[in-house]
Amino acid sequence: MRKEVWFGLSIMAAVVLAAFILLPSPSMMSNGHLGLLMLALVVVAIMLGFPTAFTLMGMGMVFGWIAYRSQNPDLAVQQTLDLMVQRTYSVMSNDVLISIPLFVFMGYLIERANLIEKLFKSMHLATARVPGSLAVATIITCAIFATATGIVGAVVTLMGLLALPAMLRAGYSVQLSAGAITAGGCLGILIPPSVMLIVYGATAGVSVVKLYAGAFLPGIMLATLYIVYVIVLAKFKPHLAPPMSAEDRHVPLPPFAEVISTSISSKVLPGLIGAIKGKRNAAVPMRDLLSHLFLGLLPAIAVVLIMGAVFIKVTKPIEQAALEGVVEMGGSSFDSAPDAGDSGGLAEPELEPEPEPAGGLQTPPAEEASPATPAAVPAAAKAEVSPAVAPAAAEPVAAQERQSAPASFWIALASCAVALAIFYAYFSFARLEIFKMLLGSFFPLAVMILAVLGTIVFGLATPTEAAAMGSLGGLLLAAAYRRLNMGVLRESVYLTAKTSAMVCWLFVGSSIFSASFALLGGQEIINQWVLSLDMTPVQFMILAQVVIFLLGWPLEWTEIIVIFMPIFIPLLPHFGVDPLFFGLLVALNLQTAFLSPPVAMAAFYLKGVSPPHVTLNQIFVGMLPFMAIQVLAIVLLYQFPAIGMWLPSLLYK
Amino acid sequence: MQKLLLTIDKISTFIGQSFSWLIVALTFMISWEVFSRYVLDAPHPWAFDVMSMMYGTLFMMAGAYTLSKNGHVRGDVLYGFFPPRLQAGLDLALYFLFFMPGVFALAWAGYNFAAESWAINEHSNITADGPPVYPFKTIIPIAGAFLLAQGLVEIVRCIVCLQQGEWPKRGEDVEEVDVEKLKEMVHVKDEDIAQLDVFVISQENKK
Repeated sequence: MRKEVWFGLSIMAAVVLAAFILLPSPSMMSNGHLGLLMLALVVVAIMLGFPTAFTLMGMGMVFGWIAYRSQNPDLAVQQTLDLMVQRTYSVMSNDVLISIPLFVFMGYLIERANLIEKLFKSMHLATARVPGSLAVATIITCAIFATATGIVGAVVTLMGLLALPAMLRAGYSVQLSAGAITAGGCLGILIPPSVMLIVYGATAGVSVVKLYAGAFLPGIMLATLYIVYVIVLAKFKPHLAPPMSAEDRHVPLPPFAEVISTSISSKVLPGLIGAIKGKRNAAVPMRDLLSHLFLGLLPAIAVVLIMGAVFIKVTKPIEQAALEGVVEMGGSSFDSAPDAGDSGGLAEPELEPEPEPAGGLQTPPAEEASPATPAAVPAAAKAEVSPAVAPAAAEPVAAQERQSAPASFWIALASCAVALAIFYAYFSFARLEIFKMLLGSFFPLAVMILAVLGTIVFGLATPTEAAAMGSLGGLLLAAAYRRLNMGVLRESVYLTAKTSAMVCWLFVGSSIFSASFALLGGQEIINQWVLSLDMTPVQFMILAQVVIFLLGWPLEWTEIIVIFMPIFIPLLPHFGVDPLFFGLLVALNLQTAFLSPPVAMAAFYLKGVSPPHVTLNQIFVGMLPFMAIQVLAIVLLYQFPAIGMWLPSLLYK
Repeated sequence: MQKLLLTIDKISTFIGQSFSWLIVALTFMISWEVFSRYVLDAPHPWAFDVMSMMYGTLFMMAGAYTLSKNGHVRGDVLYGFFPPRLQAGLDLALYFLFFMPGVFALAWAGYNFAAESWAINEHSNITADGPPVYPFKTIIPIAGAFLLAQGLVEIVRCIVCLQQGEWPKRGEDVEEVDVEKLKEMVHVKDEDIAQLDVFVISQENKK
């Protein structure tokens, strides 16, 4: 046998021995001590590799029986049986966990719709001028795809097949490429809709809706930090991520566009309109011109529609209030306010990337684009972002005052118009091609994620309903990309059943286990011990995060959450920590577990599809800077809780 | 004996796969309910109960199927390094120590639990006039029984492994990360990956 086996076995033996030595002698032993013994034993038993759900179930049963027997030996067996079946039934009828199979199903369907190839290609053309563009495109693709699917293994494998070859050919260093892929692939378990947050919500009794609202910004922040890191690195050490050559950046134009851009104008709007009016190019079919004109006008149409919808919402409350009387007034204005914010805040982000190809490609000095990657040209970005924020902030005021159209609306409209003008000034045929590609890959996914999240976060649907609609959307998406057939559906259905059974049976086991643990009073001993340490909240938080981080090595996130969160959560009120905030920190923390060598799963998935000379060590070294960024993100979130808590507190006061 | 075990394996798989189609039904049912409530303005009071029953049935009945495909999460940090015989020995011991008593107790308790529910003709009390609950509660002993049968198969697998020194093969099934299929999906061939080695080696030489 190998050394590590002996090493592992001796650690286990040490834990068991330590547990027996530290505990008082059997005659002195209280039930609470038995609870601690149970906790030590379960860690060892899990390490032995038996399916965790049944380890927990068996242990919980035995210790539950001991606990009951100490009270009344005659009833102990019957009470234990009752406890088991009641706990099982409570998991079966749990209204939070229903969304797990639905989200998992949605993920498998989207994965099989095979959007990732197009997504990566269009992203990489769209970010072509940014330093380290391929790595940036990889992270963005990973973030979006992983968010939609939530399957780390599949995303890392797919990106290893698509992005790794592209990056290696372009001369990127192996470490940077591997780091970008593995770090990006893990984002999916943090950015909602993620199964991890549902599991945490169900365990800790925190509203999943709030968790989703809270985890959104930290997730985006983490992705942005990754991108900033890659850009800075590529800027200062170009040999690690050489810029793309002009021919790689070249976007082939369809023949008619070629003709127009040489003869009339290289910009879309003047070119197309000139061609339609002038009839100078008889060879170009009218249909192509019109359809491309429509595509080119889509951003403008979208802005007009959204601003129109906002305008209607803004002006609406007067009539309603007048019609329905005083009692309804509060309700209706309250209702319409989040709605207006919804249409403004939700739909605007879809637009934001639009200037991105324009900006990312156009700005001659690349430095300008570097600090604000996804938002590209500062001017355009500013103009484009501000309306997103402005209506959201302005609407509630507007609704309460019930004025026909507040000044902020017109300001927002004006800035939208300016943004559109800048956008169209730079909108050439090459960019139209990229825009078309994004339209076919990026926008469907982004719209779907935002729609699912938006309906949950703004309270239009429960997470379950949104998850079901998401699954339906996944079905439609797979159908739209001609990937939906019986085989694909069958695979997704079977995989969904297996994954949900895995998670939910773990829940059955852990709820029996934690019930026994509570019966024995192990929780109280831990509480007393932690309180006797007399820690400050900061110390407690650091201790908790370090413990969770260490547990992340031997255990999977599911096990950590279902077994150990019930122990941490009761301690939180004493230190005045919000369980919601704690959940966000835990979610960020468990991310690092996926990237911490030597057990990082992501690395092994990538190794499986990389060329033979890429070693595991290279991948691990590549992941380290990204792990450091994750730790930085945890510190940032801890220092500035507003990053996570601002959105939930804004939405659910 | 072998044949019987294979049959049980197949039955578990068949049952699990049949019930896994509930996810499609669940998707459509909830979507229809949402449509019906917001657009047709006709919510159904039973929808909530039926949702949770579908979900509960789905995962309970897939338990044995998941076990037969080795799909339940394991703490495999050390386990992965163990030689097959040690793996099988540990598994065998723990099947007798944790699995069998636990699942048997669950099935037995579930039987009484369901029997009481049948006896009082229990209906859901989440909404007035809720749907009957007893069929749903009957799922616990049924799922437990299937799990128990599959557990026996797994025990025999462990014994076979102890004798032969390697794990007997499991039935084919879809996998979450099927590298070959993913390669096919994005049109990447093994040769392409092998060709990339040139770039990696040249990078190493530069240093």
